[in-house]
Amino acid sequence: MSMNPFCEIAVEEAIRLKEKGAIKEVVAVSLGVQQCQDTLRTALAMGADRAVLVKVEPAQEEALEPLIVAKLLKGIAVKETADLVFLGKQAIDDDCNQTGQMLAALLDWPQATFASKVVLDAAAKSALVTREVDDGLETVSIKLPAVITTDLRLNEPRYATLPNIMKAKKKPIAVLSPSDLGLDLADPASRRVQVVQVKEPPQRVGGRILQSVDELLDKLKNEAKVL
Amino acid sequence: MAGTQASPEPEASLAANGHAGGNTSLSGNPATQSLCDVPVVRRASSYGRVDDALLRRLQSIVGDSNVTTNRTVLEQHGRDESYHEPMPPDAVVFPQSTHHVQQLVAACAARRVPIIPYGAGTSLEGHVAALCGGVSIDLSQLSQVLEVHAEDMDCRVQAGVTRQQLNHHLHDSGLFFPVDPGSECTIGGMAATRASGTNAVRYGTMREAVLGVTAVLPNGQVIKTGSRARKSSSGYDLTRLIVGSEGTLAVVTEVSLRLFPQPEAVSAAVCPFTSVAGAVDTVIETIQTAIPVARIEFLDEVQVDAVNRYSKTHLELSPTLFFEFHGTAAAVEEQAKQVSTIASSYGGGSFQWSTAPEERSKLWAARHSAYYAALALRPNSKGLLADVCVPISRLTELVLLAKEEIRQTQLVAPIVGHVGDGNFHVLFIVDPDDQAELAAVKRVNDSLVAHAIAVGGTCSGEHGVGYGKLPFLESEHGRAALDAMAALKAAWDPLNLFNPGKIGQFIPP
Repeated sequence: MSMNPFCEIAVEEAIRLKEKGAIKEVVAVSLGVQQCQDTLRTALAMGADRAVLVKVEPAQEEALEPLIVAKLLKGIAVKETADLVFLGKQAIDDDCNQTGQMLAALLDWPQATFASKVVLDAAAKSALVTREVDDGLETVSIKLPAVITTDLRLNEPRYATLPNIMKAKKKPIAVLSPSDLGLDLADPASRRVQVVQVKEPPQRVGGRILQSVDELLDKLKNEAKVL
Repeated sequence: MAGTQASPEPEASLAANGHAGGNTSLSGNPATQSLCDVPVVRRASSYGRVDDALLRRLQSIVGDSNVTTNRTVLEQHGRDESYHEPMPPDAVVFPQSTHHVQQLVAACAARRVPIIPYGAGTSLEGHVAALCGGVSIDLSQLSQVLEVHAEDMDCRVQAGVTRQQLNHHLHDSGLFFPVDPGSECTIGGMAATRASGTNAVRYGTMREAVLGVTAVLPNGQVIKTGSRARKSSSGYDLTRLIVGSEGTLAVVTEVSLRLFPQPEAVSAAVCPFTSVAGAVDTVIETIQTAIPVARIEFLDEVQVDAVNRYSKTHLELSPTLFFEFHGTAAAVEEQAKQVSTIASSYGGGSFQWSTAPEERSKLWAARHSAYYAALALRPNSKGLLADVCVPISRLTELVLLAKEEIRQTQLVAPIVGHVGDGNFHVLFIVDPDDQAELAAVKRVNDSLVAHAIAVGGTCSGEHGVGYGKLPFLESEHGRAALDAMAALKAAWDPLNLFNPGKIGQFIPP
């Protein structure tokens, strides 16, 4: 099971901060079925110290909507007395780009999303984060504890090496259930999102070579209906 | 069809037109095309035509949408990344399985229609040019990574998987596939051309990396060569025969590869030198000191300038070496120290180190784009690449010879090279319509190849022969060895259907 690429960047950034001595411990968290342990082992092989899996049964996987994930992560952040939560800016399956923002709101913490650079001042308990926004780069200063979501250009994650993969097998993965964090995924009232339809875009039709501008105008007007 | 001779017409035309070795012209000159005398062969030859009946048969095998005679697709499949003129096939087919390929080969062979296997079209010597027309078998839809055995460090992939796709698949396994030619090429193509890359000095080339292949032979049979054992003494090594055969002996559909552990520590460095000789001598001494350097690449100042412009780097405009060291943290530090001592004794400047993955990626991306950077020096140009490889002790001599000849002719010709293997490339950037310039380039290239062969080297370290380097094979191998190759080819492919006009096509004068 491959780690979401933005999450890989988040794990890498946390580990780099630990290597610089700015933070003490990196805890990798995943939420999902038992197989998510593989992803957590990769995080441990990259250098995370320990991991937590919030395990759900396959039937409940669909219930892990962004708001539910945010609520579960809030429970863990509080339990672990975290100073910083790093998330990938979005998952590449649903592309929601919501969880980090919701988590910050639930925790009532500052947030800096789409980070392309993070400079931590551990002593001052604050961070300077450069964000990639439509207009260019924006730098914000946030107080810790805070939520940061990571964008592509923040770093290039390291590869897990065989010795580290071996060591990771011995690092602890704690397994929790949603009810341990006060949530009942089976309760329909907890759901906010219903997938109504998923469909592929229409098949591309072949192009045609036309003989004249008049023919082109005719097609644009009568077939493509754009004139 | 022109009758029922025992030997196919193209070989008779070759005999009539003379061996290609006596002819030293570039693409565009009809004499080169006399390799199978294309206009004649297409019109009246013992090769069959790709007619509607064959197209319908091909469609019945792979499905209508996977057979095309669209002009643009044909042109694309007859073209590679070199100066060689595109020579399109008559049809392109997209199989989805080894079984499809087997049926396609049988259908074409029954009608004596040539077959050209196609990966990504990134070859550099006209490997995919359909010199005698025929059907291009595009393997790109065989794109599955079939098995990865992390516990034995090997894997098996379909031929259309690219090296980037494979490494992405492996990225959290602790293993990687090291052979890294500059392009986004397919593993099948890499096997067929015995490809190599910047890591070869430490990790070897496709020659060492391929454990076995699944391939369709001209007689329609499917063979699976090799085994997952790391070594074997059982029988002729068909894997080694097929690797590097450039589509003339078999269509490769699957490749088993040896994988390597991700290095624990990696550091890369750039070092400018006061002279070309200083840089190359540093490499020689590094190799002779048996320092297990992972990558050691040379760029002359012309190439550095091209790279700076193209990849927006800020390297000093001098002959430069790019290094990379792999190993434990201690080993990497030790190797780096040894090499920097050697470098400073040959006029090396200060080393600029990169350890963060993104810095190293940027550095090697710049190196990998060398060819495109060189082409960008002259818009609308094409590249003719020298690819000589010599024993390392003769490398400085060859590189200095190249520099001097380029200086005398004032050609645009950056030099870049896998100097750790004794291999370097002169990227002649040419106007393909300027015959005088092409002739000058040819003279310099011929001179370099002759020198390389004279000191015990080869005309092609890694780019392969295609048809562009056919003229050099006799002086490198000698008549007898070429005859042995032709005998093999004739035994495997008596109708000369698999990529005709390329290696293996030799008729005694």
